[in-house]
Amino acid sequence: MPVVMDADRIGRTLTRIAHEIVERNKGTDDLAFVGVRTRGVPIARRLARTLREITGHEIPTGSLDITLYRDDLMRHAVGPQPVVRKTEIQFSIDNRKILLVDDVLYTGRTTRAALDALIDYGRPKAIQLIVLVDRGHRELPIKADYVGKNLPTSPEESVQVRLIEIDGEDEVVLEAGGGA
Amino acid sequence: MNTTSQELDQKQAVTALRRKDLLGIAELSPGEIELVLDTAEAMKEVGTRPIKKVPALRGKTVVNLFYEPSTRTRTSFEIAEKRLSADTLNIAIGTSSVVKGETLADTALNLEAMSPDMIVLRHASSGACHFLSRVCRSAIINAGDGMHEHPTQALLDAFTIRERKKRLAGLKIAIIGDLLHSRVLRSNIHLLTKLGANVWVCGPPTLIPADIRRFGVTATSAVEEAVHDADVIMLLRIQLERMEGAYFPSLREYFRVFGMTEARLQLARPDVMIMHPGPMNRGVEIASEVADGPYSVILDQVANGVAVRMAVLYLLAGGAEHEEAA
Repeated sequence: MPVVMDADRIGRTLTRIAHEIVERNKGTDDLAFVGVRTRGVPIARRLARTLREITGHEIPTGSLDITLYRDDLMRHAVGPQPVVRKTEIQFSIDNRKILLVDDVLYTGRTTRAALDALIDYGRPKAIQLIVLVDRGHRELPIKADYVGKNLPTSPEESVQVRLIEIDGEDEVVLEAGGGA
Repeated sequence: MNTTSQELDQKQAVTALRRKDLLGIAELSPGEIELVLDTAEAMKEVGTRPIKKVPALRGKTVVNLFYEPSTRTRTSFEIAEKRLSADTLNIAIGTSSVVKGETLADTALNLEAMSPDMIVLRHASSGACHFLSRVCRSAIINAGDGMHEHPTQALLDAFTIRERKKRLAGLKIAIIGDLLHSRVLRSNIHLLTKLGANVWVCGPPTLIPADIRRFGVTATSAVEEAVHDADVIMLLRIQLERMEGAYFPSLREYFRVFGMTEARLQLARPDVMIMHPGPMNRGVEIASEVADGPYSVILDQVANGVAVRMAVLYLLAGGAEHEEAA
């Protein structure tokens, strides 16, 4: 199981993305992070911390659960429903630039659900997408604005992002066949 | 493949209701109850958004079939269904063919011919929901059947307690009132004992079911004993409409002996919660000062009812696992 990003690499990548955010938005005015549950949330928190170190500004950060917006929710005749967790966005997203954060960009369906969910909270000025890994194979016209690593994969492979906050270690692993 | 510790924890926790219907609390496991309560926490947040609606049950049809009067429960289910984007249909019995003599099974089968996905049923006969679940393909949700169970009320009560106290295990919960006719009591006893609460029930001896101690509760007719050091006091309505005899001399005497007054409240813990499933009889089981006082969470219960019913509707929409092969 090849490790495609180790802890150092993930750290440097997030620092780079933080600088790109400042450069592209000409500062941090009106920015807010929203992490997609589960692993988008700690990545969003780390980016917010790094931005505070760089700019001295505190960026509001929330977490979004997209389960109730999944496009496959009621498509199967029967089967257990996916677990729903709490969305916590304690600030108004109206007229803010929302930095949407996820760990892996694959088919784009999660991002589509996240965009629909966000719009139910208000009307942001813009939404930009940040992903740690883009593994290709898009099924929807969706593209990330900030990419940690472009990782060519085959559909049979699976990309596992592990983060200290959840998994006790930082690494990105490419697993062969049959995985989640 | 390496399985992380958190994934392991999640595998051990119950992550789905693998059943077609919600007929009662009796058949639920503690894990299933916790799953409903956890899901309700997420659902509660939906009600705080500017747009209080999620697309989860888009294209599902839910029939609310109410054979008994109800304001809170019916409205609560309807709001829950709408917040999940289900299509809803309300059948009030006064305006339906039931007044022409149609049986429950015929009404349900006719409704089912129009392919609803779920039927929320309230009925005056205990067991009506079990009966319907055998006749119907649709998921049946019990919204109160006779003197049997009212599972979503017990779930919303537990949710409200857990929200304040952060736990149920070890709490002293005193349930006072008409124990004999109460489906809310039966569902609550099942739920609270499954989650480890210390349940006391209290009422006039004539209104205490003979075999109540079998369910792992302490029964008494001394209200001071029940209230002493209670973390939660839950009052039940005196159900005059279900009483076929004289169970106590008068409502005034009931209030004098069992009514929850500010004086009796002093015996409970300082952070006691006062609960009532509604509708309240002020001056019978509860004094107005208590119902409207600082310890009362009665309106929180109503608000939480929507979130809990959203959770139940969502979780049941997946269906029973054994049907997958069909």
